[in-house]
Amino acid sequence: MLEQLVRLGRIGIGSLEQLGRGHLLLLHMLAGISALFTRPRLLVNQLYSVGVLSILIIAISGTFVGMVLGLQGYYILSQFGAEQTLGVMVAASLVRELGPVVTALLFAGRAGSALTAEIGLMKATEQLSGLEMMAVNPVKRILTPRFLAGFIAMPMLAAMFSALGVMGGYFVGVGLLGVDDGAFWSQMQAKIDLYDDVLNGVIKSLVFGFVCTWIALFQGYNAVPTSEGVSRATTRTVVHSSFAVLGLDFILTALMFGE
Amino acid sequence: MIDDGSLVSIRNLRFYRGERAIFDGIDIDIPRGKVTAIMGPSGTGKTTLLKLIGGQLRPTSGTIHVDGEQVDRLGIRDLYRLRMRMGMLFQSGALLTDIPVFENVAYPIREHTGLPESLIRKLVLLKLEAVGLRGARDLMPHELSGGMARRVALARAIALDPMMIMYDEPFTGQDPISMGVLVKLIRALNDASRLTSIVVSHDVREAAQIADYIYIISNGKVIEHGAPDAMMNSASEWTAQFMNGLADGPVPFHYPAPGLEQDLLGVA
Repeated sequence: MLEQLVRLGRIGIGSLEQLGRGHLLLLHMLAGISALFTRPRLLVNQLYSVGVLSILIIAISGTFVGMVLGLQGYYILSQFGAEQTLGVMVAASLVRELGPVVTALLFAGRAGSALTAEIGLMKATEQLSGLEMMAVNPVKRILTPRFLAGFIAMPMLAAMFSALGVMGGYFVGVGLLGVDDGAFWSQMQAKIDLYDDVLNGVIKSLVFGFVCTWIALFQGYNAVPTSEGVSRATTRTVVHSSFAVLGLDFILTALMFGE
Repeated sequence: MIDDGSLVSIRNLRFYRGERAIFDGIDIDIPRGKVTAIMGPSGTGKTTLLKLIGGQLRPTSGTIHVDGEQVDRLGIRDLYRLRMRMGMLFQSGALLTDIPVFENVAYPIREHTGLPESLIRKLVLLKLEAVGLRGARDLMPHELSGGMARRVALARAIALDPMMIMYDEPFTGQDPISMGVLVKLIRALNDASRLTSIVVSHDVREAAQIADYIYIISNGKVIEHGAPDAMMNSASEWTAQFMNGLADGPVPFHYPAPGLEQDLLGVA
């Protein structure tokens, strides 16, 4: 009994220690942002590898999710004779929820895991120590540009996901199932609000970008510098990011859309 | 207290990892302009010692002075200023894997100086020439052999003309030719650039060949120190076992274990 209590205490202290280290790293990364203004090239390079290289998976996923929404929405709405509102349903689902959430989950799987593996391997191969001994702060030079790139890239990727999703829904609803073209767009234009829907979706994706990139970089920086350690850290990035995104989505949705 | 002839002066250094003492009160002086070898069996904390000198780790107690500055008391800004005058050659080379050889050597110059590109090019080529790899400037790190990677790392370590270089196991895993090249380079660079070199190694022959002075550490203590010849002919059984690579001696061949009979037959 006592032994289990000790073990529980140890896990608790370990978790708090990790949380503290994570927040310290976040503070150091935020403090390094100003230095990026003198070296924008570092940010541009990371925007390419974190953002541009994620476009393909986001674009394909967004299109297919929109197409499925078009199909499912049509079958349900047509039972009530309301298939003309398909555009609203597809756009609201994407902009409010699926765009930010699915993009964040895909981002954690593609860019987040890549960031963790890259930083973890840099640690394992002493590249981060090497930078420190060259009097170069690895957090400022390596981690901060990646952090900012993730934060900037996520809302753009989410916007792309939603836009292509709407196009997918349009293709299925209007192109294949015969929903009226004008009704699809005009209903969407009338019912989707710039602030309530679009802006809230953007805020969600900014929060998810912040959290997912932070988790990925912390896991890499904190990884045990062995192949097994990096592998575990990469897995933790995907698991922790997914939990964080889904949990935060519930909280944000309750705050944004609750009465 | 601090010997003026020493660039690095370590006094009563204690360093613990959890309950385990890595160093338990050691004193080391690294003389200026010389090659000093720190030797000892694997796992005795030789790399840890370099990290302590470089300020990457803080001692549990004791002091480390480098060029008159107490490393463990320096703030981050002063520590980075001091590190600009130190070079370190990591066992793996620690080259940045996403940029070519030229950019790796240019990295510290670009970071810390505002030199024009044409001058950076000349400096980098001169540093690469010093290690014999001017022709490899466009190769990526994954295209280099282990020995070449260490030579590129050496060119990067001397890029800012430091006052001292720390070598972490420079000879490990090298073929005889690469080993010979590295031995020659370390000595030549030290003498030509009036550097101070600290070579951490357990390769007795190579380290003794280039070192002016040797420290042997084991179990958290300095076992013996002196000139290479004196160490080779040491009366200490421990030193003789280490320097001559004998399988058994004060450091037993067998890891502590219960009796063989007890283990095999289960006799209590």
